[in-house]
Amino acid sequence: MINQIAVTLQNLTPSHKFYWLIGGVAALLLVASAIGWVLQRRLSANPNSSEKSQKVVNNLVARVNAWWVMMAVFAVAFLAGKVGTIVLFAAISYFALREFITLTPTRAGDHRTLFLAFFLLIPLHYYLIYIEWYALFSILIPVYAFLLMPSIAVLAQDTEHFLERAAKIQWGVMICIYCISHAPALLLLDIPNFDGQNALLLFYFMLIVQLSDVLQYVFGNLFGKTKVAPIVSPNKTLEGLIGGGFSTILIGAAMWWITPFTPLQSAGMAAIIVAMGFLGGLVMSAIKRSLGAKDWGSMIEGHGGMLDRMDSVSFAAPIFFHLTRYFFTP
Amino acid sequence: MMLASIVRAGLIGLVKLLVGAQARWVNAAPNSEQSIYFTNHSSHLDTLALWTALPAEIRIKARPVAAKDYWGKGMIKQFIALKVLNSVLIDREFSKHSNPLEPLLKALESGDSLIIFPEGTRRAQAEPSEFKGGLYHLAEAFPQVKLIPVYLDTLHRSMPKGAILPVPLICTVRFGAAISLHENEHKKEFLVRAREAVLALI
Repeated sequence: MINQIAVTLQNLTPSHKFYWLIGGVAALLLVASAIGWVLQRRLSANPNSSEKSQKVVNNLVARVNAWWVMMAVFAVAFLAGKVGTIVLFAAISYFALREFITLTPTRAGDHRTLFLAFFLLIPLHYYLIYIEWYALFSILIPVYAFLLMPSIAVLAQDTEHFLERAAKIQWGVMICIYCISHAPALLLLDIPNFDGQNALLLFYFMLIVQLSDVLQYVFGNLFGKTKVAPIVSPNKTLEGLIGGGFSTILIGAAMWWITPFTPLQSAGMAAIIVAMGFLGGLVMSAIKRSLGAKDWGSMIEGHGGMLDRMDSVSFAAPIFFHLTRYFFTP
Repeated sequence: MMLASIVRAGLIGLVKLLVGAQARWVNAAPNSEQSIYFTNHSSHLDTLALWTALPAEIRIKARPVAAKDYWGKGMIKQFIALKVLNSVLIDREFSKHSNPLEPLLKALESGDSLIIFPEGTRRAQAEPSEFKGGLYHLAEAFPQVKLIPVYLDTLHRSMPKGAILPVPLICTVRFGAAISLHENEHKKEFLVRAREAVLALI
């Protein structure tokens, strides 16, 4: 029976797989919206409900609503094909970098560098994914931008905190452009027996990262007691990590049919995505705090800013990309 | 006019894409009563950012005050200033036979709200410099109009001195609680107090 389902799923055409996925995600969100609605009604009917639980439920509803929007955006971008997907991620990088630089104390001397980072580097870097020039894609930012951005800044002859400014801008560009772009870069991998299905692999990656975030949040809220890093990120708990992590790995294994992996390999990949996403959340939270903020922005209702949603993606994407490239391409 | 409203929508979209222009009302709430919004002037984007941040029903009545010597010249600039933003143009050059505030008084008389920069000129810095007297004269002539302090952050970083092209940074447009001219308050005192109301939003 299970074998039969497995074979049927694997033999679906890529576009059918895609519709099943969208349908599945929509069904999940429908359940989440229904739960949110019931909880809100119950709380408003109960006069003794605490302010804290109301806050949690309202935040939950806001998050679920934002998920609907995100799913719609992703579905449209995927249906628009490679160009749509690349443009979507370029826009994500743009908004993420905007949040990063807003909180970074740059000076007038950085103006030209920053302008070029936003309006030359982002389009150029994503264009390289489009034309599938992997070699230049992988060194454009770590080599060329790394050397040329401070070279442009130095012409302004402002030596005040020069190293700090150059380093912070490079960090922002690495995280917001280079790291995030490794998710759509999955499209340029040539995986044997997986022709025309790379968009599904990208879908798999985004789904696992976001599920990992959501499930850790849910398990953390339900059973969370032991804080992992209370100073850096007070919401992250051991119970959330273990419960959310393991359920994500299980779902990851069950989603093997949209990947080039076996179920076991898929579980392993999901485990790595969970781990990197968790570390990304911690590191980006520490950076945010060292820049003196609680949220990166307020772009996405209930979630904070773009970077609050993309912190785990930025850490998981390059590792997932390179593991897939190393083990699953010739 | 059709073209003007298309350009208006396009400008709002562009400003949001570039600097966000998110409104935050600090101890205050959006109010559609006739008001004078006064704010720090740190870049070319200021007017657009404040104007974009206002709720649509308030924005429609809020007219930015702009310099005639710059915005009154050239077809495109004139079209944007007059048709799209519905600006009030004023002479920055002071002349003996006319009151430069005349167009502003007229606009207030007809019930419009205004967006003004009491510093007079632009300085790419976080804190506003001393306010000039215009705000006082308007407050004196129209005591019932609400005076709302506004602070625009990050725009001086988006467009530092001499920059032609902007760097996208998120600008939060902070609106404060209205102030009003006290009875017998001296011009200087009032202007200091008005500037402090803007500084309090930093």
